[in-house]
Amino acid sequence: MDSCPCIKNIILLDSEGNRVAVKYYSDEWPTNSAKEAFEKALFSKTQKTNARTEAEIAMFENHIIVYKFVQDLHFFVTGAEGENELILVTVLQGFFDAVGLLLRGNVDKKEALENLDLILLCLDEIVDGGVILETDANAIAGKVASHSVDAAAPLSEQTISQALATAREHLARSLLK
Amino acid sequence: MAQPLVKKDDDRDDEADYSPFLGIEKGAVLQEARVFNDPQLDPRRCSQVITKLLYLLNQGETFTKVEATEVFFAVTKLFQSKDIGLRRMVYVMIKELSPSADEVIIVTSSLMKDMTSKTDMYRANAIRVLCRITDGTLLTQIERYLKQAIVDKNPVVASAALVSGIHLLQTNPEIVKRWSNEVQEAVQSRAALVQFHALALLHQIRQNDRLAVNKLVSSLTKGSVRSPLAQCLLIRYTSQVIRESANTQAADRPFYDFLEGCLRHKAEMVIFEAARAITELNCVTTRELTPAITVLQLFLSSSKPVLRFAAVRTLNKVAMTHPMAVTNCNIDMESLISDQNRSIATLAITTLLKTGNESSVDRLMKQITNFMSDIADEFKIVVVEAIRSLCLKFPLKHRSLMNFLSNILREEGGFDYKKAIVDSIVILIRDIPEAKETGLLHLCEFIEDCEFTYLSTQILHFLGIEGPKTSDPSKYIRYIYNRVHLENATVRAAAVSTLAKFGAMVDTLKPRIFVLLRRCLFDNDDEVRDRATLYLNTLGGDGAVVQTGEDVKEFLFGSLDIPLVNLENSLKNYEPSEESFDIYSVPREVKTQPLAEKKAPGKKPTGLGAPPAGPPSTVDAYEKLLSSIPEFANFGKLFKSSAPVELTEAETEYAVNVVKHIFDGHVVFQYNCTNTIPEQLLENVTVIVDASEAEEFAEVASKPLRSLPYDSPGQTFVAFEKPEGTPAIGKFSNMLRFIVKEVDPSTGEAEDDGVEDEYQLEELEVVAADYILKVGVSNFRNAWESMGADCERIDEYGLGPRESLAEAVNAVIDLLGMQPCEGTEVVPNNSRSHTCLLSGVYIGNVKVLVRLQFGLDGPKDVAMKLAVRSEDESVSDAIHEIVASG
Repeated sequence: MDSCPCIKNIILLDSEGNRVAVKYYSDEWPTNSAKEAFEKALFSKTQKTNARTEAEIAMFENHIIVYKFVQDLHFFVTGAEGENELILVTVLQGFFDAVGLLLRGNVDKKEALENLDLILLCLDEIVDGGVILETDANAIAGKVASHSVDAAAPLSEQTISQALATAREHLARSLLK
Repeated sequence: MAQPLVKKDDDRDDEADYSPFLGIEKGAVLQEARVFNDPQLDPRRCSQVITKLLYLLNQGETFTKVEATEVFFAVTKLFQSKDIGLRRMVYVMIKELSPSADEVIIVTSSLMKDMTSKTDMYRANAIRVLCRITDGTLLTQIERYLKQAIVDKNPVVASAALVSGIHLLQTNPEIVKRWSNEVQEAVQSRAALVQFHALALLHQIRQNDRLAVNKLVSSLTKGSVRSPLAQCLLIRYTSQVIRESANTQAADRPFYDFLEGCLRHKAEMVIFEAARAITELNCVTTRELTPAITVLQLFLSSSKPVLRFAAVRTLNKVAMTHPMAVTNCNIDMESLISDQNRSIATLAITTLLKTGNESSVDRLMKQITNFMSDIADEFKIVVVEAIRSLCLKFPLKHRSLMNFLSNILREEGGFDYKKAIVDSIVILIRDIPEAKETGLLHLCEFIEDCEFTYLSTQILHFLGIEGPKTSDPSKYIRYIYNRVHLENATVRAAAVSTLAKFGAMVDTLKPRIFVLLRRCLFDNDDEVRDRATLYLNTLGGDGAVVQTGEDVKEFLFGSLDIPLVNLENSLKNYEPSEESFDIYSVPREVKTQPLAEKKAPGKKPTGLGAPPAGPPSTVDAYEKLLSSIPEFANFGKLFKSSAPVELTEAETEYAVNVVKHIFDGHVVFQYNCTNTIPEQLLENVTVIVDASEAEEFAEVASKPLRSLPYDSPGQTFVAFEKPEGTPAIGKFSNMLRFIVKEVDPSTGEAEDDGVEDEYQLEELEVVAADYILKVGVSNFRNAWESMGADCERIDEYGLGPRESLAEAVNAVIDLLGMQPCEGTEVVPNNSRSHTCLLSGVYIGNVKVLVRLQFGLDGPKDVAMKLAVRSEDESVSDAIHEIVASG
């Protein structure tokens, strides 16, 4: 019996349901078309919900999915039916906030694609083969950014807390719109 | 990045459509990857190319073997660069490419160097990459470093090593188990996640050692765990220990205090985990539940949807077994009916339906009516099912609940939703006699305007059974006959059958029914005409009013007790000839084969050299196979074939399983053999069976297998004679005997000379259950009543201490080998008593029905009342004998 919390996948889609970055840790979706079908169904099921202030949750095909949206990006984390929902949401929040830090608050599809390397490294630092590696956004972003390839605008110029502040500010502004 | 910026035609928002990867192409990127080979590496450019490659993979693009190898070799060149960011991308890329064993060697030394580097980031990532791609042999070389890394000062490095250990434990358990000292040390780490990973690994290493897990839990619950995630793990392990500990008496349940203490933890994650663990305890008492319910109730009014969902989902489960414990939350629950998140709202509704008492039903129904209009079908189905069980609980309320169901039946909805409603009404009609007439009328109204042919025919069929038994059958005729006018051919045919049923059952209606049926003779569909003609002739519609004979009723409306799948197969195999199709030749065995087959093949890849003569998987195929062997051709009709029984351990040299074929006077053992050694060819394979412990059996024939090459299964058979029609039982010991020949692996040629050899197999038993066919009945109560009490035998048995009620139920089902009916094999959690219905056919084609009533007698002892009805009292006695001796 494997009682260790297990993440089945982490998915980042755009506002039309297209992939920005995904990572599957479970072999329940053996082919790319199975994955795409899952993402499509997931997207259409959650599209209409409002997951912008608080993370939302849904049961779907015997999985628990927690998700959160910002701008034109949709973040999803999938776990098994019996999983502790709050653990899943911790992972989601870690991913969500880390991306916010890494993109310095400008969290949208364009920025995410332009910094896809950061997003992919971020995924790599959160979960390893389904096992949760790190959930603290500062730690995740720190690990990714300490060797950011983007030399032109090094993140090291601003401290993490500054970046977090920028992200918050940005979020607040987007909410007021 | 020199990407051509392709502009889309629609001028909505150019900027939004911009992507750095627009128009990206695999071939071009692979070309670009040549920069990895430059003597002067440009780290920035290389990173960009890797990102593009990863983007392609992420979008579902695949590389051919050659492409992947090429990219892999190019990427390995990048280890020369000292750029940290680039190295990080290289690690991710190598993991994505998952190189083959011979390629891994190329990067091993570079990764091992990184593993001992001074940079923490290199150490951590190199460990993760190396452990992901390595095999067992390399692992022994790096084991020393991994052990060091587990206790590394840097938490990232320690976590990397521990998580890799968790993965490696699946493939190389013996190596990882040697690390337990270091892992134990890491459990005490100050870093939260190191503690979590170490605890997970330590538990997995020890999970088969109950005592060690027990010790681990009791030492850690004293309070040295800081990380919330680790605390959650500890809660899971603790409840596992509680579950396994023999003592379930609530008074001194070990560790309950620990779980209760966790309810006051500062992390919500831990609080919830503990609350959930408490609600899932075996035989949990109300006193134990209360604190958990209280914290869950607080979560119900949280602003976070996830918390509300988690709480309501858990309470919903609790409500199934302890509805009273949840009633305190009803007010919070009711406010959740209007929750934005429809999953939460549905769970709240269904919980309320479970916990509601008779007086609150009406108020609840009013609330639900508003709610139903704005949720999706899938949620509506859940609600309908909850209402059905509520109605069964409070039969007095059937009027308002039935009204609710008929109202929603009239509204818009998809097939599954409508079917759920119809099914519910049907069940209510069956189980609540007072609801019958209103329910039937609701169904009649529904088919007046029903767009689903399937549902119309189902309802018409049901009307045919229930309608004639009502006080005034004539009022249904109009609804039914309307179908004949207005519907498609399928429904018309069903309506004709239903009319005929009324005619057959209600003599006073007969003349009027005949008039209607005669009109149907002019229908433009032949099936409808045929049915009408058949009924008119058999029911005597051409002459005077006659009493309809029992046999005619049985012929026309009796239940078909043959599995439809088998009938379909038999009909497909039937070749038109002089001999007409014999319905009694259809096997009655319920097909359970595919499940057993799935378990049987072990881990063998089926792709390579797919067996040409694979073991036949269906009863049908077995029959064909056996009748094709002349020695067995005169044994008569195959009564039953068992599921394959493994006679060897998994992963031995030769894998053998056996299928027992039972005939009236014979038993045939079919040994399915697989040779798993590529260097061997087996010839003249037989199984030597010693039947000294099976006195009633005498060996009559044996059919050896001429040759058994590597990885292509073959069969050998041994047949026994036994007294006709009796359930003889016995034990058989088996020895595989064969001539083994060496095979040259390079040419595949076998040597000429072979050596005779033997291989001991496990014993095999023929048990009473082998003589009973799993044959289900659709309506157990009807079958039970119609069987009558003439040959009924009732007795009570004490089953002694059992692990749980469910375990006892399954043990008896397995012992009898009969088909559980109406889902009664499932025992709800925490129930103290259970009734299980079984049906089957005993050898000699005698139908048997069994009603088992289980009850818990004291904490563990299970008592059982066994009632058997069959067509032959000696068979009823035989069933009791099986249970008494089993």
